Amino acid sequence: MAEPLLTAESIGLAIRGNPILHDVSLRVASGEIVALIGPNGAGKSTLVRVLLGLLRPDSGRVWLRPGLRVGYMPQRLALDDTLPLSVQRFVTLGTPAARARVRAALAEVGAAHVLDSPVQAVSGGELQRVMLARALLREPDLLVLDEPIQGVDLNGQYELYDLIGALRRTRGCGILIVSHELHLVMATTDHVLCLNRHVCCSGHPDHVARDPAYLELFGSDGARRLAVYHHHHNHHHDLHGAVVPDLPLASASGGGGGHRPPVEQDRG
Amino acid sequence: MVIVRPWSRIVDDFLAHALLGGIGVALAAGPLGAFIVWRRMAYFGDTLAHSGLLGIVLGTVLNLNLQLGVAVTCLLMALALVLLQRQRRLATDTLLGILAHTALSLGLVALAFLETVRVDLTGYLFGDILAIGRIDLYWIWGGALLALVALAWLWRPLLAITVHEELAQVEGVPVFPVRLAFMLLVAIVIAVAMKVVGILLITSLLIVPAAAARRFARSPEGMALLASGLGCAAVGIGLWASLRWDTPAGPSVVMAAAFLFVLSSVVPDRSWR
Repeated sequence: MAEPLLTAESIGLAIRGNPILHDVSLRVASGEIVALIGPNGAGKSTLVRVLLGLLRPDSGRVWLRPGLRVGYMPQRLALDDTLPLSVQRFVTLGTPAARARVRAALAEVGAAHVLDSPVQAVSGGELQRVMLARALLREPDLLVLDEPIQGVDLNGQYELYDLIGALRRTRGCGILIVSHELHLVMATTDHVLCLNRHVCCSGHPDHVARDPAYLELFGSDGARRLAVYHHHHNHHHDLHGAVVPDLPLASASGGGGGHRPPVEQDRG
Repeated sequence: MVIVRPWSRIVDDFLAHALLGGIGVALAAGPLGAFIVWRRMAYFGDTLAHSGLLGIVLGTVLNLNLQLGVAVTCLLMALALVLLQRQRRLATDTLLGILAHTALSLGLVALAFLETVRVDLTGYLFGDILAIGRIDLYWIWGGALLALVALAWLWRPLLAITVHEELAQVEGVPVFPVRLAFMLLVAIVIAVAMKVVGILLITSLLIVPAAAARRFARSPEGMALLASGLGCAAVGIGLWASLRWDTPAGPSVVMAAAFLFVLSSVVPDRSWR
């Protein structure tokens, strides 16, 4: 088994008497993608904050491998419009780096073209990539991505997931990814933790997808969308760069969730 | 040794003192004000400034230097606010509103008890830039230089927590000490700026030049430097107007800053956005 980067044991946390997390355990090893899924208000972001040491749990303990370098991609960036900050400055705020290195990190996530743009002027999808580049610049052993596809259109969501999957291969780092968009998370993931204040179920994506607790939490619609994504995933590597036609199940999923948009050519 | 100086020389002296004092304050207020604007803390600065009068009273009673009294009171106020923010029943702006006016009223009430001390209330509330003496200048420039050096040293971590506090913390920035240090700098600048524009107008000297600089700045540093420059210009224009039309000096400086701000909003945009 791969070397563990982070383990959490029996984490419990209540905020002003409200139980938020109960007996949550979790482990991320290097080279592994662990997905934390759950509905809104399930305590996902709270758990991430505990793991990152931003919040102290009431019970349980968090262990990080000594000297672990964490690259963190927060859920939101609320930057005041009055702050004139270029993407390059933003990316180097955490790690001082020469322009060429910043450009390389941005190129790795397909956002080299916004290097000199003001942070406030880039689109939602570009901003997520820029934040990912900032995390990558730290040469992380562990990437923690909190809702990385929030505010990104469907096309961009697939691209980002492909990118995250590729990062695991090229960088060999462990990745902890938080989402409520379960159908997208599943296909690239080794281990899924389904959280609703406690761990409802966990395991391999296929296993979790059949778990009654999972089906109860997300409903059969979510399960169907998952199936669609699995189908898409099989095609993705065969037809990379080509336009993939709509899948038969897409209309059945009711509302765009399963629609497979054309894949953009890698910007390399 | 007594040196007899002609009248014109004395006039020059008090004008030079006023100009030097104003410029000293404006130089420090520019970069600090930029951070206050970026961190949306204008009301916070205002609240600290409102407690300045209490600092005057304390300084008088304890026989301390007044600027020191103001700086200490502002800092205590900032700490009280940090503690009050921990309980999350009231929104921060409500807390600030309560603190600001309680502190100002407390200062006014306490002042009334100091019957033996003659206090120029208007001077403290709206500034008395033309009465700046040599000792005042030392305090202003000492405080301003201290604030600027400390800010330069804090610049990078402070910018990081301004952009995203938790991200900065994960990346190793000691968030709480940096925030505390920033509050201390704000308290220092308020203490030294009080003589120039008074506690009711100090915030304007912090935020108006910074706001005026925004449209021309392409980097945080550029905006901070430009804010300093515009602040100095406002001091110069305000003093000139005050002499020319015999208007109160502190408010005239603020009017000049506001004038520059309006001017900056009508000239064509040179920044990115």
